[in-house]
Amino acid sequence: MSRTLPQAKTDAPMPAITPGERNRSLLAEVKKRSGTDFNRCFQCRSCANGCPFVQAMDHPPNAVLRLLQYGLDQQVLECNTIWVCVGCHTCSSQCPMAIDIAAVMDTLRLLAMERGAAIAKPNILDFHEEVLHSLQRYGRAHKLGIMWHYKLQTRRWFSDMDTGLKMLAHRKLELRPSRVQAIDEITGLFKCYWGESR
Amino acid sequence: MSNSEQLDFSYFPGCSMATTAAESNASLMKAARVLGFNLIELEDWNCCGSSSASTLCKDLALGMAARNLSLAPAGRPLVAMCPRCLLYLRRAQARLRQDPEIRRELEERWQRPIPLDLEIMHFLEVMARFGLDRLRQSVKRSLKGLKFVPYYGCTVFGPPDLEREKHYQGEMENILKVLEAQPLIGAYTHRCCGSFLSATDPELVTPLVNEIIDSAVAAGAHCLVTSCAMCQLNLEIRCSSRIKLPIFHFSEVLGLGLGAEDYEGWFIRHLVDPRPLLHNLALVA
Repeated sequence: MSRTLPQAKTDAPMPAITPGERNRSLLAEVKKRSGTDFNRCFQCRSCANGCPFVQAMDHPPNAVLRLLQYGLDQQVLECNTIWVCVGCHTCSSQCPMAIDIAAVMDTLRLLAMERGAAIAKPNILDFHEEVLHSLQRYGRAHKLGIMWHYKLQTRRWFSDMDTGLKMLAHRKLELRPSRVQAIDEITGLFKCYWGESR
Repeated sequence: MSNSEQLDFSYFPGCSMATTAAESNASLMKAARVLGFNLIELEDWNCCGSSSASTLCKDLALGMAARNLSLAPAGRPLVAMCPRCLLYLRRAQARLRQDPEIRRELEERWQRPIPLDLEIMHFLEVMARFGLDRLRQSVKRSLKGLKFVPYYGCTVFGPPDLEREKHYQGEMENILKVLEAQPLIGAYTHRCCGSFLSATDPELVTPLVNEIIDSAVAAGAHCLVTSCAMCQLNLEIRCSSRIKLPIFHFSEVLGLGLGAEDYEGWFIRHLVDPRPLLHNLALVA
């Protein structure tokens, strides 16, 4: 394989597996929920070569599809690939077999949470939850508040401070949130994520 | 001015346009007014749900986007400026069309109908369909000499589940050529800007942003022009290359060409000040 292509981090060989013996319930569930049939994948790596974030992933997107086909469910649900993916759909648009790979990643994130898998990038989940708090409170995203709470959560106080200060200096971060008036039309929607408790 | 009749649209600003990209909103309003587009802000709109609701809970994401659809009066198209907002609004509409049960439930919740035939479009589409002649008649300031790379980002071309919707490849170039600005080819025009990883993992985003900006520098560009407010922000705050190019919102360039004089208020909000460039090219006084 060419050295010049961007590579995902893992190149250690995996233990031998016997596909026929595996339970493939996750595979079926992902196909159903993502509406995507990825049996057409022939491992051409177009998705991996085009993915802007492949170097930060422990498995390239094509390998995630392969792991799914092999029934290696835990490796799939606990890999960081599914969290590093932001859904830019570059993979989906350039797949020669028209597989919507981003939709598969989207479904895998939900399944990882539903099945209680270890979240490979907990800071990203924290961030999304802080955004949800802000939306629930104001109906709109208050970026300064989101970043404040996110920093509180991840304790990364001083990382990236200069960017925040520059944004404040250019009035890019509003001190006060912009609010929805009829907020009670929105708060009830959040029960489907937090449950009845909030 | 012969900008025939005024056209009415509902307008969904979204959180970025209302806050971090207020300069894009201001310039958009200015340009739209001159062109005879009446953008009527959706009353009491809420966040479209963004990537976060979409990642964590599909029903929540649907609910957030659908409430905005329920606020839109039937009979006039809904215009968004943020490609992600556009995506989530359209996705919600597509799901409501397929699932009458959920639609009924949400309509009961808010005691309002949700129009399923509402046309939802990006402002680029408004320009492409109704704006070019109006623009030709209203140009006040030539941008001759301004070499730009159009930067669309990843979303405005539409993910596969919406691929039958309008694509916008080339529209920014067509529109800004009317102002005599010069589009360049050979740079990254729709590579992802890093999205929310810019907040959570900036060290992953900086090399990507640098590649995008460096490619524009190599193409000989003076600046990039973007159709997405989040891209604009990420390209500005995450670039560590030696040469940093100004990143314009598409609406700002449009506003300049239509003769806006209140651009100071837009450009002081940029982290890479575009004013020296505009002065050097003698495009503004």
